[in-house]
Amino acid sequence: MSTHTITTQKVNFKVFRFNADEDYLPYYDDYTMEVTSEEVVLDILNRIKWDHDGSFSYRRSCRHGICGACAIKVNGRSTLACKESMNKMVDLFGSDLVFEPLSIKRAVKDMIIDKKDFWEKHDAIHPYLISDVDEHPEHEHLVTPEEAEELNEADLCIQCGACHYACPVVEINEDFFGPAAFAKAYRFEADVRDDAHTLRLEELHEEKQGLWDCVKCFECAEVCPKDVNPIEKITKLHQMLFREGVATSNVATRHAVGFKHSIAKNGVLDEGGLVLYSEGPGIVKHIPVALRMFVKGKIVPPWGITKSDNLDEIKKLVKSSSTAKF
Amino acid sequence: MKKLKYALFTGCTAKQSTPEQMMSTLAVADKLGIELVELTEASCCGASHLQDYDDFLSLVLNARNIAYAEKHGLTMVTICNTCQLNTAMTKHRLDNNAELKAKVNEKLGEVGLEYKGTSMVTHFLYAIIDDFGLDKIKEMVVTPLSQFNIAPFYGCHNIRPSELQNETHKKPESAYRPTSLDDLIIACGGQNVDYAEKNKCCGFHVELQAPRTAAILTGNAIAGAMDNNADWMVTPCPLCHLKLDTQTGHASEAIGREVALPVLHMQQMLGLALGCSAEQLGLKHHLTKVNFV
Repeated sequence: MSTHTITTQKVNFKVFRFNADEDYLPYYDDYTMEVTSEEVVLDILNRIKWDHDGSFSYRRSCRHGICGACAIKVNGRSTLACKESMNKMVDLFGSDLVFEPLSIKRAVKDMIIDKKDFWEKHDAIHPYLISDVDEHPEHEHLVTPEEAEELNEADLCIQCGACHYACPVVEINEDFFGPAAFAKAYRFEADVRDDAHTLRLEELHEEKQGLWDCVKCFECAEVCPKDVNPIEKITKLHQMLFREGVATSNVATRHAVGFKHSIAKNGVLDEGGLVLYSEGPGIVKHIPVALRMFVKGKIVPPWGITKSDNLDEIKKLVKSSSTAKF
Repeated sequence: MKKLKYALFTGCTAKQSTPEQMMSTLAVADKLGIELVELTEASCCGASHLQDYDDFLSLVLNARNIAYAEKHGLTMVTICNTCQLNTAMTKHRLDNNAELKAKVNEKLGEVGLEYKGTSMVTHFLYAIIDDFGLDKIKEMVVTPLSQFNIAPFYGCHNIRPSELQNETHKKPESAYRPTSLDDLIIACGGQNVDYAEKNKCCGFHVELQAPRTAAILTGNAIAGAMDNNADWMVTPCPLCHLKLDTQTGHASEAIGREVALPVLHMQQMLGLALGCSAEQLGLKHHLTKVNFV
């Protein structure tokens, strides 16, 4: 016999309500419920609808973390409702929980949002194998386990949108592809059967919409219910841009490469030198702030930089361990 | 209590754009009786940007930095969230992948070094809380910051990815309800301010390539603190500090309202409570004037 015991606790819920056809502004309904340790967030959504208000609307289908329909925000955190236990939510946020749609500005009815932007960006990265298929193959197209391993869980994505609507850049920059689309792009770029390589990579390299606007906040990795780790895929795509020779010289690529030059020269970073190398003539726009920083003793000229001790070691390692070219 | 001793990885900004961070680190360590052995051999951590270009090179360089801490037989403390991320991530990857570790050590061997994995990597904030203890801090406070509402700004790379928390911090904190900085504010006698942006991104890493995105994130962070009646902000990360302190002009323009608050490094806040002088803490090196000392 199992000795597993079910515990219950009282939880207060504030639930976002809005009907785009009728309401001018959203409002919140309050519920207090006894919640058991067996329940997941989706169970609470069901209880609200079944026991309290039949008009409450949300998306759900599989209840097994596969369809990706039921993602919402709990206290601002993207959460796949059928996967996350109520115990975990109470551990994270305490006993006052707020249920909101993934994106309030895209709310259609209650938890249901218009995911159009998500799907448009998903489509834009060509989320399929691009390959000249031999219709009369004479042998199997084998993929080794090592090659399959390269996908690094990227194909586990269920398109729930949790990371997309947790990304602070998506909120600000409408053109930005976002972490889910990047992870999907990686899934095909890392596939040995795919021949699109530079076509897809060139689009990912584009300013504004592309990879370089990622702020490196790790919010996407934190919320993904399938551990796809989108930011790791974004980093790998950055590396791919250089490896495949797609990276052209722009402020972002020079910024990345500039670190190597600076380290090879000083061990430590030459902050001013890095900005100059990255921006080129564009550096003029930084002059007003730089002057104020200089007055406050915050700018060290190149000749004043304290270089790393044992710099010869660093120089040798930069030479022997470099794996990328630009 | 045995005297605490750490290997200090200063990072680059402490020696250049945030000299006050270096000054206050040393002043606070002195007050607390913590010995810091500066790793003067250390290179830049790559700041997550070298990692976009050459992953292996960044692993080798960070492993070299840790190897120097290991030579001293000391835990490495960082004073920058991004140094913390890149160093701890290197350690995480090498400690969990013998083949990768061997490859890195093959390179380090060329300069007579070896990465063993024997030194822990933690942020100075966590070292103070875990090893020194907030109760002892409370006893040592001579100037309680009781008249101030202080807004903590955690900085992404200490709290995310949370998988690193277990390896860098004895009491792992949640990325969604972090407490370390709030606890330090309270220990200093201050009133901690709760606001939605406290665990969000400041935009530093896209300052050059996406200035509008960066400025809006910075603006939102300061505005969130202001709207919740903060007198000033405090952060453990010098990169967040640079954004919040020096970029208020761009931030105000980007979000369409004037935003500015004094922003202190967590070492400066602690130093004030422990009775260090404004000169020792380098308060004159700020662009947004520290107008309350």
